[in-house]
Amino acid sequence: MKPEFFRKFNFLFGTAVVALAAAAFLVVTFERPTVETVQSGFRGTSMGQVYNTRTLAAVQARNVVPEMDEAIPNDPESPRASEVYENVQILGHLSVEQFGRIMLAMSEWIYPNAEDPAQSCNGCHVPGNFASEDIYTKHVARRMLQMVHTINTTYSNHVNANGEVGVTCYTCHRGQAVPAAVWSQEPSNAAPSRMWAVAGEQNRPVSATGYATLPTDPFTPYLWGDEEIRVISGSARERNNNQSILQTEWTYGLMMHMSTSLGVNCTFCHNSRSFASWDSSTPQRVTAWHGIRMVRAINNDYIESLRDRFPPNRLGPLGDTLKVNCSTCHLGVYQPLYGAPMLRNYPELILPTQTSAPAADPSAPVQPAAAPAPAPALN
Amino acid sequence: MEYQFIFTRIQPKGVSYPGVPLPRDNEVRVARPGHSRLLGLIADAQIGPFYLGWLGILSVACGFIAFEIIGLNMLASVNWNVVEFIRLLPWLALEPPGPQWGLRIPPLNQGGWWLMAGFFLTASVLLWLARTWRRADQLGLGQHTFWAFAAAIWLFLVLGFLRPLWMGSWSEAVPFGIFPHLDWTAAFSIRYGNLFYNPFHALSIVFLYGSVLLFAMHGATILAVARFGGEREVDQAMDRGTAAERAGIFWRWTMGFNATYESIHRWAWWFAVLTPLTGGIGILLTGTVVDNWYLWAIEKRFAPAYPAVWGPIIDPTR
Repeated sequence: MKPEFFRKFNFLFGTAVVALAAAAFLVVTFERPTVETVQSGFRGTSMGQVYNTRTLAAVQARNVVPEMDEAIPNDPESPRASEVYENVQILGHLSVEQFGRIMLAMSEWIYPNAEDPAQSCNGCHVPGNFASEDIYTKHVARRMLQMVHTINTTYSNHVNANGEVGVTCYTCHRGQAVPAAVWSQEPSNAAPSRMWAVAGEQNRPVSATGYATLPTDPFTPYLWGDEEIRVISGSARERNNNQSILQTEWTYGLMMHMSTSLGVNCTFCHNSRSFASWDSSTPQRVTAWHGIRMVRAINNDYIESLRDRFPPNRLGPLGDTLKVNCSTCHLGVYQPLYGAPMLRNYPELILPTQTSAPAADPSAPVQPAAAPAPAPALN
Repeated sequence: MEYQFIFTRIQPKGVSYPGVPLPRDNEVRVARPGHSRLLGLIADAQIGPFYLGWLGILSVACGFIAFEIIGLNMLASVNWNVVEFIRLLPWLALEPPGPQWGLRIPPLNQGGWWLMAGFFLTASVLLWLARTWRRADQLGLGQHTFWAFAAAIWLFLVLGFLRPLWMGSWSEAVPFGIFPHLDWTAAFSIRYGNLFYNPFHALSIVFLYGSVLLFAMHGATILAVARFGGEREVDQAMDRGTAAERAGIFWRWTMGFNATYESIHRWAWWFAVLTPLTGGIGILLTGTVVDNWYLWAIEKRFAPAYPAVWGPIIDPTR
């Protein structure tokens, strides 16, 4: 054939190959702009958070603070809620005004649909007999009030690490009886086999671990149990560190969960050149460390302890409760609701003394109004 | 001049060339040779005949067994669902035994299959390596391909056999799987304190990127002088013509000195071979001699220090 044909063919063939390669490269490598980087460490350390302004809008829309009333003082002249209403076990120390206000807020945060006869007040109360104990959610709500108090006091290192923020029911619930992001144990990824090696704990793309092949449930060992998270040796030559690579993958899975939950990179907490060393980490790593302890306490002391209260449809497929992880509050943001200090408007959620389950005896003397909680120390 | 040039513009068609006569004790070559116009555009148009021999047959058989063991275990892990198998294939793996097994032989479903697949895969590549030696020997060639392939097998054996042996645990080895082996690599680096501070890893990267650079420089040089017959490298090495002269002058002008038609291939061969050789040493020392490469680099004073812009951050457990 004529050389012109081959010259033309070469050109077309070359162009097609280059175009195909370029398209494949663009599709798998890039996301649609605009991507912005926020530097978060010393120059040259590659510490920065990468945000796509397009996806950021969707995250922001999910994290809007609801309308809030201004806080009202606990008027000592008013009668106590426990004097006016029967069977008020946790919030009896509040004035009736404050009590009514927090009850209303809770119903809007958790059972907002007043049209639905099973929602609003009826989510927890028997219609016409508010003192009744017949609905399990009432018991759960009591325990949750104690939990919120514990979070805001014992775990102040986590929830007030960056400004006086604290948590309210809304931090997790966001207008739903069951928060959107909860977890429970799942059946094995693969049916166990006496013959074949099926690796049932890992090798599935799940969002919790960023669609990697890491173990798919890093929550049970680290956020329910208190397995050791650290795997990296503390010295250049160490004899006694037997942590395996598989064990590292478990920790890696938990870290991927934290990263995806907060919408941040590894470098939000770590200088990735040495994940283990604290002196090159950021203050957020300390906050996260307290957060892990907080989530363990929530899951063990406040949720799993209620397992017998929950009906089967509120339990996971293996019969454990629907528990919290970092996503439950954070929902893709480094600070839930972008750090809106909602608790400031709801001082009713600060209990006068630490109460523990079972709830205090309702016949106990009425507590005086709580002084405003002292400012928690910023770490 | 245009003959055997990318893209080959003229493809002469004739009787296939069977190759040189083989020594008496050799097996017969298989498959009737044919011609492919499409392959002829980018390479030699003749396909075959092949020399398989018993080393080749055994190697392919062992490779097939390993491939089947891996594939069937992956298929079992999606409950024999072919659609799921295709959808999840990049995530699936045949995992090595758990750390509780040490160097013992576990039941099939807890890593036994992994050991078996590893055995057959190793046998397959070693048989192919032997075959490489035999074929080169029978043709009267040097053993450069043999040693180059052996270098790659060194890294393969360090990762899957020698280092786990030294560590005393099969669980230190790599899973067979597409994404799983990549996640293993990341976890391996994290567990041992960042492989980037491992000097042998650094050397391996130097030789890897160096190989790419040399390949690009050499390819560019030969294509650039092909108009003077430069792609006939053997001719040019034996009897230096204007192509070799111009190629040499080009590099002397641009960087002061030049390789020869013979030495450039020696350069490339050593860069390629040293990539897995140095990499294998780096892997072998990880966890056995050095447990945290970052702290080792601090100890040896070559990890740079940065200001603590966030102030002192204290481990909360201290």
